[in-house]
Amino acid sequence: MTKKIALPLTEKDIENLKSGDSVLLSGVLYVARDAAHRRMVESLDKGETLPFDVKGQTIYYMGPSPAPPGKIIGSAGPTTSARMDAYTPRLLTAGLKGMIGKGVRSLEVKEALKKHQAVYLAAVGGAGALISRTIGKSEVVAYPDLGPEAVLKLEVKDFPATVINDIYGGDLYVEGKKRYNLA
Amino acid sequence: MRTVNAGIVTDAVAGLFKEANYTLGEGVLAALKRARREEESPAGRQALDAIIENASIAAEEKIPLCQDCGTAVVFLEIGQDVHIDGGYLYAAVNEGVRRAYEEGYLRKSMVERPFSDRKNTGDNTPAVIHTYIVPGDKLKITVLPKGGGAENMAKLGMLLPASGKKGVIDFVVDAVNEAWSNPCPPVIVGVGIGGTAEKAVAMAKHALTRKVGQPSPDKETAALEKEILHKVNRLGIGPMGYGGRITALAVHMETFPAHITALPVAVNLQCHSARHREVVL
Repeated sequence: MTKKIALPLTEKDIENLKSGDSVLLSGVLYVARDAAHRRMVESLDKGETLPFDVKGQTIYYMGPSPAPPGKIIGSAGPTTSARMDAYTPRLLTAGLKGMIGKGVRSLEVKEALKKHQAVYLAAVGGAGALISRTIGKSEVVAYPDLGPEAVLKLEVKDFPATVINDIYGGDLYVEGKKRYNLA
Repeated sequence: MRTVNAGIVTDAVAGLFKEANYTLGEGVLAALKRARREEESPAGRQALDAIIENASIAAEEKIPLCQDCGTAVVFLEIGQDVHIDGGYLYAAVNEGVRRAYEEGYLRKSMVERPFSDRKNTGDNTPAVIHTYIVPGDKLKITVLPKGGGAENMAKLGMLLPASGKKGVIDFVVDAVNEAWSNPCPPVIVGVGIGGTAEKAVAMAKHALTRKVGQPSPDKETAALEKEILHKVNRLGIGPMGYGGRITALAVHMETFPAHITALPVAVNLQCHSARHREVVL
């Protein structure tokens, strides 16, 4: 039932992912929130190179709590993805292939996912302590001046996520609600 | 007249915020476990399993349940026969917040000038403090670290009195429906009905400090809570919006008389990580 997937996502992985699939991801995830997204899009618009190559990569929308002594990271659950909607189509054009967050995306993002053959996954919001256990390494790779919103590179093992939007137009939020709606 | 030292208030606030962020209250955990038993959707059950396991990891490792350690909301019920000495009460509360978030490795999420610079205040202050003067000589402190995802789904409606009970039900159910997966369901739905615009909003927030699922002491209000919960759980949103039966754990409602022209209704959603703690000094 649960698919194990090595990051970065391959074309074949993406083709095989369907809304509602539950996956365990292992490999590299980049972490960025709105402030970092704004800067990345500004850089792209100016024709500058990004601090990390988004081509083929997966971005996790997250702002961790501080790491207590002896720990790699603090609580590390997803944040609301809608705040990144304005920047996402531009990053998809630049080759981004996966995003992990929580909550519904805009119509524009959903269309861009189909067009650029990329996927949107959700992690369980409010499960930051559980998710932190899957993170083996965390380092700041860009915009250190943004503090808790700096871009991080994580190495994860069996990071749990659920496919929300696939490349075929599938949308778990829409389908799930429809299936269980009694109103 | 009874004297309470400001330093004691600081210690209490600091302790409560740490505890609230690490350990889910027993009532909330029990409600989540009940939801797990009742949920039919496999994806919803899986989400609830993660939420329940997360609670035991956070408590055991003393790391925050959620990386969003919230706006520090504090309710103070001050007995009119209490005197605070040794400093300004609000400063003492803020010092407690500062200490909890620094010592407790909690995320500091408050920004100054939200309309422009949005510079982090660095210590999660200022707290949002609500003060009530009550009879007696005790000081009750309730802390509610409130996450952004759920708070951003709050709604206020100044309904026409003619919309009546049905108008209230529709407004609340629509608010939950529109919030969809964003507020991290299963949620607790805080509702304030009556008073003025700001009174309704304050009641909706305060309603979230009630023990989860405890009905209103007023019979008619309790029946309305039950009716709205039933309707909300027919929406199909389910845990984390993955589809399912349990969209809300409870509806908590507070009411107040209103002007002859008015029917204010406010909704404040609480994510499943319902972290509140209280102490009486």
